[in-house]
Amino acid sequence: MAPILDVQGLFKNYGTTEILKDINVSIDKGDFLVLVGPSGCGKSTLLNCIAGLEPISGGAIRIGDQDMTHVSPKDRNIAMVFQSYALYPTMTVAKNITFGMQVRGVDKATQATKLAEVAKQLQIEALLQRRPGQLSGGQRQRVAMGRALVRDPQLFLFDEPLSNLDAKLRVEMRTEIKRLHQDLGASMVYVTHDQIEAMTLATKIVVMKGGVIQQVGTPAEIYNRPANTFVADFMGSPAMNLIPARTSAAATGARIEIARAGATPLILHDPRATGLPADILLGLRPEDITEDGTRQGDLVQPGECLVDVVEPAGADTYVVSQLGGRRVTARLGADTRARPGKPLAFSFDLTKVSYFAPQTGERLN
Amino acid sequence: MTDISARTRANQQSPTARIALRWGLYAILFIFALYYLMPLFVMLTTSLKSLEEIRTGSLVALPRSVTFEAWATAWSGACTGIKCEGLQPYFWNSVLLAVPAVLISTLIGAMNGYVIAQWRFKGANLIFSLMLFGCFIPFQVVLLPMARTLGFLNIAGTIPGLIFVHVIYGIGFTTLFFRNYYVTIPSDLVKAAKIDGAGFFRIFWSIFLPLSLPIVVVTVIWQFTQIWNDFLFGVSFSQAGTQPITVALNNIVNSTTGVKEYNVDMAAAIIAALPTLFVYVVAGKYFIRGLTAGSVKG
Repeated sequence: MAPILDVQGLFKNYGTTEILKDINVSIDKGDFLVLVGPSGCGKSTLLNCIAGLEPISGGAIRIGDQDMTHVSPKDRNIAMVFQSYALYPTMTVAKNITFGMQVRGVDKATQATKLAEVAKQLQIEALLQRRPGQLSGGQRQRVAMGRALVRDPQLFLFDEPLSNLDAKLRVEMRTEIKRLHQDLGASMVYVTHDQIEAMTLATKIVVMKGGVIQQVGTPAEIYNRPANTFVADFMGSPAMNLIPARTSAAATGARIEIARAGATPLILHDPRATGLPADILLGLRPEDITEDGTRQGDLVQPGECLVDVVEPAGADTYVVSQLGGRRVTARLGADTRARPGKPLAFSFDLTKVSYFAPQTGERLN
Repeated sequence: MTDISARTRANQQSPTARIALRWGLYAILFIFALYYLMPLFVMLTTSLKSLEEIRTGSLVALPRSVTFEAWATAWSGACTGIKCEGLQPYFWNSVLLAVPAVLISTLIGAMNGYVIAQWRFKGANLIFSLMLFGCFIPFQVVLLPMARTLGFLNIAGTIPGLIFVHVIYGIGFTTLFFRNYYVTIPSDLVKAAKIDGAGFFRIFWSIFLPLSLPIVVVTVIWQFTQIWNDFLFGVSFSQAGTQPITVALNNIVNSTTGVKEYNVDMAAAIIAALPTLFVYVVAGKYFIRGLTAGSVKG
């Protein structure tokens, strides 16, 4: 089956400034694609290009196996939810939702049926006669979603729809969007700068930086096998530890040597690693550095470090120490024995270790 | 900061000093109010006196016997040059001139503002600057070229000709008003409407115009006042029969022979000023609101 959205070699320039460079993404029906990256990375521009709100400078966009590169937004069979909600201020909620159908000349009876359907789905029946100014942020968000849902489009586009909500509501609406996606089996493209939103919602993530795609993959791929240090650092909270290390060949695999402040270097051994350069950045997620004895396995190796800071966070306790001259965060249990200023025996689980080249930041394994 | 220091200073003063200051302030405000109301008072009272009384009585005295004869004369009997039919026909000239000119210039201004603020195109800023420049052109400069243009278009000396002139010179201001209002409206609104399938005019009619009441009121008051009170264009581009009320008023006041009928002059002047007063009283509330209203919430 042809992909529902296929972006091929897309370029976007403003004057001589390149905003998007050679973007290639495609998703299948039912996929939830999240475009994530720091502000200014071009993710919203890419979404606007897909919507047809911004002309593109090169490449092609296909939606539902039709070339939509030069088709106007209204004929792309898409619906979009905006960060500012963009509800029409002078119209009631009902009018806001039916405006699109009214413009398209859908008959009144169908409009009413669809409106009722969507209002029920989003539980906004009681709000239909109000104006956007009389609604709370969460309610406006629902209305904006209603306006998109009522179109029943091939593709939903979301432009940071949750970033104007407070933290609690954001989590609620996130779950709601996820449920909508599951119930409708709809195809969605979602822009966010929040990597947790990206991880929780996506079936496929595109990480962008400076108008260039850094990595495309499932949340698990992005999280476990980041393509470069930018992705490793951007996705995950706290960020992946990137520890400068030196390697040398061992009988099997590689011997890894990490400088330890005021002590002999820490030696780890990865039997699977081959062909690594002498200088590397060792990438380990905080949850892969645990207290000694809590995890078993061939690739779990002990090492003692001086604890700098202990940050209890309820379920977990984050313990910061120094390795290879960098801050290294470990995620330990709430009942940890770690005390600031005291050494602690850690376990380094190399099962999901990443190696990066220090100069280019590219992944090595 | 200043607020706090002012309050502490006020607190240090004795209560009597504070009350004295307050009354002093009221007294000054009262005097200024009187000063500004005085001419109106003199106009009103004079217009209600008979000529006899004006000659013998004091300028600021109340009329001994109120008569509306001067008003009647001003409305339908005063002479402008050779004709003696009062202000009436010229009043209607002004209405026929001002109403379409205000509506057309407001509508064009709204359209221009919408395009410049929300459909940014190459050179939009340049065009806007040029329009702004148009607001500050002294009207004397354009009299001659405009006269030629009107002649060329064959509408010289007609009311449509005057409407044309006022629309042209109003567009600068009306565009400025609407552009500054629409620029505060988030551009996502246009994007959302585009995806909903609405086109350029549909978005304007269904979304932007309904949002515009405050700025429409401001523009209408501004334009109506300008056009109704205009004398220069009226005197330059009209001929007998198409003159607006300001020109007629001038003719009544300046072309009388013999005894100067101050009561008629005053009544005529008030009649000429009434419509702008009326518009401001009716819509003034929105005028202030429109001037201060910036963004649209929601």
